[in-house]
Amino acid sequence: MTNPKTIIEKIWEKNVVFEEPGKPALLYIDLHLVHEVTSPQAFEGLRMKNRTVRQPKLTFATMDHNVPTVHTNIIKDEVSKLQMDTLKQNCEEFGVPLAGMGHKHQGIVHVIGPELGLTQPGKTIVCGDSHTSTHGAFGALAFGIGTSEVEHVLATQTIWQARPKTLNVKVDGQLGTGVTAKDIILALIAKYGVNFGTGYVIEYTGNAIRKLSMEERMTICNMSIEAGARAGLVSPDQTTVDFLKGRKYAPEGTLFEQAKQEWLELASDQGAEYNHTVTLNASEIAPQVTWGTNPSQCISVNDKIPNPNTAKNAGDQQAIEQALQYMGLEADIPITSVPIEHVFIGSCTNSRLRDLEQAASVINGRKVNENVTAIVVPGSQTVKLQAEEKGLDKVFIEAGFEWREPGCSMCLAMNDDIVPAGERCASTSNRNFEGRQGTNARTHLVSPEMAAAAALAGHFVDVRSFV
Amino acid sequence: MEPIKQHTGLVYPLNRTNVDTDQIIPKQFLKRISRQGFGQYLFYNWRYDEKDNLRSDFSLNSPKYKTASILVGGENFGCGSSREHAPWALEDFGFKVIIAPSFADIFFNNCTKNGILPVVLPETEIQQLIKNAETDTYQLTVDLEANKVTDLTSFEASFHLAEYPRQMLLNGWDEISVTLTHQDKIATFERKHTVY
Ligand code: SF4
Repeated sequence: MTNPKTIIEKIWEKNVVFEEPGKPALLYIDLHLVHEVTSPQAFEGLRMKNRTVRQPKLTFATMDHNVPTVHTNIIKDEVSKLQMDTLKQNCEEFGVPLAGMGHKHQGIVHVIGPELGLTQPGKTIVCGDSHTSTHGAFGALAFGIGTSEVEHVLATQTIWQARPKTLNVKVDGQLGTGVTAKDIILALIAKYGVNFGTGYVIEYTGNAIRKLSMEERMTICNMSIEAGARAGLVSPDQTTVDFLKGRKYAPEGTLFEQAKQEWLELASDQGAEYNHTVTLNASEIAPQVTWGTNPSQCISVNDKIPNPNTAKNAGDQQAIEQALQYMGLEADIPITSVPIEHVFIGSCTNSRLRDLEQAASVINGRKVNENVTAIVVPGSQTVKLQAEEKGLDKVFIEAGFEWREPGCSMCLAMNDDIVPAGERCASTSNRNFEGRQGTNARTHLVSPEMAAAAALAGHFVDVRSFV
Repeated sequence: MEPIKQHTGLVYPLNRTNVDTDQIIPKQFLKRISRQGFGQYLFYNWRYDEKDNLRSDFSLNSPKYKTASILVGGENFGCGSSREHAPWALEDFGFKVIIAPSFADIFFNNCTKNGILPVVLPETEIQQLIKNAETDTYQLTVDLEANKVTDLTSFEASFHLAEYPRQMLLNGWDEISVTLTHQDKIATFERKHTVY
């Protein structure tokens, strides 16, 4: 038998166009996703040099970062409008398919790729967006690139890459009730820090990962970049195949059977070796809440906010002090005593149908706290439609949540969905950086269930005892 | 892009870890469709107050660092969003070299595609450079041909940059032109490659 290989090595070997010793390889890209913010300068670059898009059929564009989530037919911000119009013109000029404003498939790029079946096992996928790692949930090698690289992929359908090092993140054990995939990835980053994945491609393995749905796997792979890894993936299995069957761009009939065979064979072999391995026990995880300004500054909901005086070293002490000051928090108080003013349920981490169902299930006839403004932003038009068919919009609206149009929204607050300075938001997104949700806004990352519970209570609560 | 072989310049010390690209250039400035003019928004939320006035308490606003072209920062520099607007803003502001104990992968790549040289040095040496630049006006010379960082007195450190980005920076190559010389290999590959 040949040497056992990881899925990462198998995809790599399948897609290398050529490679010389000691140099990066030229890697073929199977799917290039494009959005309005990181592409205009790339298309402009092509135009200036009289170049074309090599494979428009392997390219797919949407609008998400800038789009309004109310009154989507009027875009007040002229600069945003110009950016969206520019994408439309570029797609027309270069023949790239676009799900733009008003299109039934428009949505967050990392939500629509999977739901349309564009995202498939074994594909190399890039996008000018760091959360491209999301697509790894399907056993694709998917990573974010900069705008120069976007231009490079448009022109050549390839990218220069050094062979990645592999990191096995093994999560075993039974996840408790009320504890989610979001809590797994937050707990992992809290344990190992924001750069333990730098330079690696992560494969998430272990029985806790195997049991997760595709949506949950996407939540985990999504935040690989918050651990420093450009890509994170899960070997495909029957769950993956079942999800893809019947999707718009998935193969059909006998071709599907053939693809399925190939997809399942991509899974990492027994005994394959990784450059490094870390572990996590899912049964020990409680619901997580970030308290600081990077995702590793995170505690269990029943813990107290850390004290800088107990930090391991001067650097950590300074980082905790800076974070507490920005967040307007005191050390040593329980996180559950911290009141919030905003709740955001959405983003490419947690805006899929299942996320919205889980959040809605917490409501139980209760109302959003009078001090809280809570918005729900479905990840795509498809998610929105499915949720409405199930009556979720009514459940949210009756409880006092706002039900919005799809987009990135308050995840990065590039449109009007901004958390005001000094105010606090429980958010299902992926980044709690300074100013992320608005200048001087304070972000706490949580799961959809925890966000819904916080909206009702007006402060963080342990969703497990909030019945 | 402009080749970079050797650069001598004033050092600006930014003693913070995990400086993310949201900090380097906040999202409200990502709506522009050109590559130019981002320097004025660099570190916007640190450099300006709520009324858009320059803050006197942020070090980069001090006249002392006005002509700085080498930034020395903490570990995991450039983490977060893949926005290439971050190196565009740094470059437009006047930075040619960033020195840190470690960089986020995407940011590191983005720098090398824009003629900014990212240099990795050990934490102890970074701390020394930061101290020097905080106490006095402090110049460094970064020599990419010799892979060395030196000051006018005794500091000398070697660094390593992978050969591919090193050659790109030294020669100021346009990467797409280089790749297009391999077009026939790409075409051959495409003929036998299946994408479902
Ligand atoms: S939802 Fe947030 S993290 Fe995801 S692509 Fe949009 S802005 Fe980026």
